[in-house]
Amino acid sequence: MNRFWSILFFLVPLLGTGTFLMAAWGMAPFQGAWLPENYSVAGKTIDHLFYLLCWISALIFIGTGIVIGWVLWRYDHRRQQRAHYFSHNFKLEMVWTIIPAIILVFIAFYQMNAWAETKMIRPTIMQNGQAVTKPPMVLVMAKRFGWEFHYAGPDGLIETADDDYIENELVLPIDTDIVLQLETRDVIHSFFVPQLRVKQDIVPGMKQFMWFRATSTAEMEIACTELCGWGHYTMQGRLRLVTPTDYQAWLAERRQRQTPPMNPEQEETGTDQAKPE
Amino acid sequence: MSDMSTQLETASKGRSGNPILRFLGSYVFSTDHKIIGLQFLFSSLIWFAIGGMLALAIRWQLAFPWSDMPIFGPTLFASEGGQIPGVFYNMLFTMHATIMIFFVIIPILSGAFGNYLIPLMIGAEDMAFPRLNMFSYWFMWPAFACMIGSFFMPGFGPTAGWTSYPTLSLITGDAQNLWILGLIFVGISSMIGSINYMTTILQMRAPGMRMFRMPMTVWALFITAILQAFALPVLTAALFMQLSDRILATGFFAPEAILVNDTTSISGGGEPLLWQHLFWFYSHPAVYIMILPAMGMVSDMLSCFARKPLFGYRPMVYSLTAIAGLGFVVWGHHMFVSGMNRILAISFMVSTMLIALPSGIKVFNWLGTLWGGRLYLTTPMLFSIGFVSMFIIGGLSGIVMAAPPVDIQIHDTYFIVAHFHYVLFGASVLGVMGAIYFWYPKMFGRMMNETMGKIHFVLTFIFLNGTFFPMHFLGARGFPRRYADPYRFEEFQDLLPLNQFITLCAFLMGAAQLIFLVNFFGSLFWGRKAGRNPWNANSLEWSAPSPPPHGNFDFQPYVYRGPYEYSHPGREDDHWPQVESAEAPDSQEIPSPTA
Repeated sequence: MNRFWSILFFLVPLLGTGTFLMAAWGMAPFQGAWLPENYSVAGKTIDHLFYLLCWISALIFIGTGIVIGWVLWRYDHRRQQRAHYFSHNFKLEMVWTIIPAIILVFIAFYQMNAWAETKMIRPTIMQNGQAVTKPPMVLVMAKRFGWEFHYAGPDGLIETADDDYIENELVLPIDTDIVLQLETRDVIHSFFVPQLRVKQDIVPGMKQFMWFRATSTAEMEIACTELCGWGHYTMQGRLRLVTPTDYQAWLAERRQRQTPPMNPEQEETGTDQAKPE
Repeated sequence: MSDMSTQLETASKGRSGNPILRFLGSYVFSTDHKIIGLQFLFSSLIWFAIGGMLALAIRWQLAFPWSDMPIFGPTLFASEGGQIPGVFYNMLFTMHATIMIFFVIIPILSGAFGNYLIPLMIGAEDMAFPRLNMFSYWFMWPAFACMIGSFFMPGFGPTAGWTSYPTLSLITGDAQNLWILGLIFVGISSMIGSINYMTTILQMRAPGMRMFRMPMTVWALFITAILQAFALPVLTAALFMQLSDRILATGFFAPEAILVNDTTSISGGGEPLLWQHLFWFYSHPAVYIMILPAMGMVSDMLSCFARKPLFGYRPMVYSLTAIAGLGFVVWGHHMFVSGMNRILAISFMVSTMLIALPSGIKVFNWLGTLWGGRLYLTTPMLFSIGFVSMFIIGGLSGIVMAAPPVDIQIHDTYFIVAHFHYVLFGASVLGVMGAIYFWYPKMFGRMMNETMGKIHFVLTFIFLNGTFFPMHFLGARGFPRRYADPYRFEEFQDLLPLNQFITLCAFLMGAAQLIFLVNFFGSLFWGRKAGRNPWNANSLEWSAPSPPPHGNFDFQPYVYRGPYEYSHPGREDDHWPQVESAEAPDSQEIPSPTA
C-alpha cells in the first residue's frame, strides 16, 4: 500500500509538469488553454519571463516531488527498522538557504527592466529638439458597463470640445507607440487585453496612463477585470489593430462623418452610478 | 475518566444542580478552553458546508451558464426558469470567500485548534482568561447573525466581492452594511482570542517548558496571535471608515460626491486606493494567519509519524517569525496594477521574493524530517504530506505572480484563483483535515476510522488537483475572475469544456467530504476507544486523559525535554514523552523545578 501512496505523490509533479507542457504545446484536451497569441512588443518580454519562471518552478517542483515520492517508497516502517536520529545539518541548511536566495535575487533583478519599460518609462517624442513624454492618443473612459473611446478632434488634443467619441470600439495603428489615458466615470474598472499583455486598473479620481506597441493587425476583445457590479461580465469592448495607413484613412472618415460633435457629458446625468444594485 | 460525562461532571462542580443549567454551563456558556475549541470546530465545519455549497453553485454557473441551477434555481428563481441573475453570481463568490476566510479557516485554526491545543500542549490547566475566552466565541454569534441576515437582504446579499473595493462597495445594497458589521464582530472575537493566546503562552507554561521546548503548533499559534493583534486594528478601522462612508456620508474612499438612492450623499475628497492599502495591510498578514497554524500542526504530525526529530527546529521557528515579519511589508503585491505608485511595485516585489525564502526553508525542513524516518502512513500523515506537496505548488505559483510584469497578464484571472486555492485549500484545509484525524482521539476519546480516512484523503487529493490545477491554464489565457458569464467573450468560448471538467471534479471533491462527515460523526459512537497516547507521540497533550477533564492534567506536568525526541539512540522505545522523568540527554537539559 505504501507503494501506492509513493506513486500517488510522485504523480503530482509528473502530471503537473506534464499537463503544463501539454497546455503550452496546445495538445488536447488543453488546446488553447495557455497564453494567447501575443501582439505586442512588451508581451514578448512578459512571455519570456513567464516561461522562465515556469521552468524554474518546474525544476523545483520535480525535484521536491521526487524526494517526497522517494521517502515514501524507501522509508516505510515495514522496510525501515528504526528511524535515523538527526535533527539538523548545518551545511545542508546553508546550501538550501543560499541557493534559493540567489535564485530569488536573480529573479528580482532580472524582471525590473521589463516592469520599468511597460509601466514606468513612457514613450517620448521629439519636440523642439527635446524629448517629451508622448501625449495620449485616446482617452479611455470606463463606465458601468461599457467603454467610451475619445479620439482627438481637429485640434489634435483629447479632452477638448471637439473630441470624437465611439462606444465599445477602439481602433489603433500597429508599429506605433500608443499611449492611452484611462479614466472612469463611476467605480473601479480595469482595462485588459490578453493578447497585448496589458492591464491597468482605472481608479475614480485618478488618471492612469498605459502604453504599448502592437506588432500586427488583428481584432481582439477588451475585458474589464475589476469587479464593477452586476454587469461586470458584460463590459465588453472591441479592439481593431490596423496598419498606420488604414488608421489615417479611418480617422479621416470619422472626421467627415462627425456632425455635430457628440458630447458624452450631456448623456451622463450622474444618476446611473447612483442606482444601488 | 475517558468519557464525556466525566468531563461534564467535573466541569460543572459547584454549579447549580439544575440539569438544564448544568448543561448550559458545561457545553454552551462554558469557560473550558476545550469546550470553546470544540464550539469553534463545530460552527466552522457547518460554515464550511455552507461555503462549499456556494462554491459548487459558482462552478455550476461556469460550467452550465444560465441553466437551471439545482437547489438555488427552483427555490429562488422559479419565475425566471431557474436562471440566476448576474448579481446573484456576485453574491455567490463574495460570500464564498468571506465565509471560507473569516468563518472557516481563521476560526478553525486559531479558534478551534488554538483553543483546544495551547493549554494542553504547554501544560496549563486552562487559558489565562477563561471568561474572555468564552466571549471570544460568543462574539462570533453576532457575526453569524449578520452573515445569515445579509442573505435575506434585497439583492441576495453582499455583492462587492470579499475585497469590497470602494467605490463599488459604497453603492451596493444595504447587505454590505451587515457584511461590514459581521467582519467587525469576527475581528473582535479574533482580537480577544489572540490576546488570550499570547498571555497564556507567555505566562502559563508548565515547569520546564521553555519557549524552545514548545511544539511547532504552539509556536505557530503564538506567532499567528501576534500577527492578528497587530494587523486586525487596521482592518477594523478600515471597516468602520467604509461603514461611515455608507451611512454617515463621509468621504474616506470616494473622490467625488456620490448620490445613493437620491437621498444620502457621500461627500468626496477621499481616495479609493486608501481602502486597498488598509485592506491588504490586514489581509496579506491574514494569508499567513490562515497558513502558519497549519504549518505548525503539520510539522508536529510529520515528526510523529516519521518517528524522527523535526529537522531544524530552531530554523523552523525563525522562518515562521521571518514569514510573519515580512508578511507586513508585502501587501502591495496585490496592487501591482491597481494604480498605486509604480516604483513602489518594485519594492513590494523584492519583499515578496524575500518571503519566499523562509517558506522554501520550511519545505526543505519538512522533507529533511521525512528523510531517513520510519514512516507510518496513517490518515493524518497522508494529509500532512499532501499539505507539503500542495504547498509547494501554491508557493511556486506565488513566485510566478510576484513578478510584476507577469502579474500584468495574470492579475485578476483564474491563475490567481488557482494559486490561493492551492494555498488555502490544498495546504490549509488538508492540514486542518489531518489535524482533525490526529487530535480527534484526544478530543473525543475515540479513534476515527482509518480506512474511511484514507479513502477520504485519496479522493479529496485527486479531485482537488483536478479542480484547481487546470485553473492555471485558464489564467494564463486571461480568463477573468468574477465573471458570471465569461463565454460572452468569443475568445473564452472554447474554454467551456475545461470549465466543465473543473466543475465535475469540484462536485466529486464535495461528495468526498460526505465520507469525512460520516466518519466524524460515526466515530463519536462506534470509533475504537483511544488511550491517552494512541499515536505514541511526545508532546504534553498525549499524557493527559482522552478526553482531558476540566483542568486537563491529573498530575502536575514537568517538562524534561523538547517535543521531538523520537527514536533516540539511547532508548529502546521510539518515543520519549516530554513529561517522562528519566535521565535527560545531557545535564543542561534538566529543568529547575521553578523554571
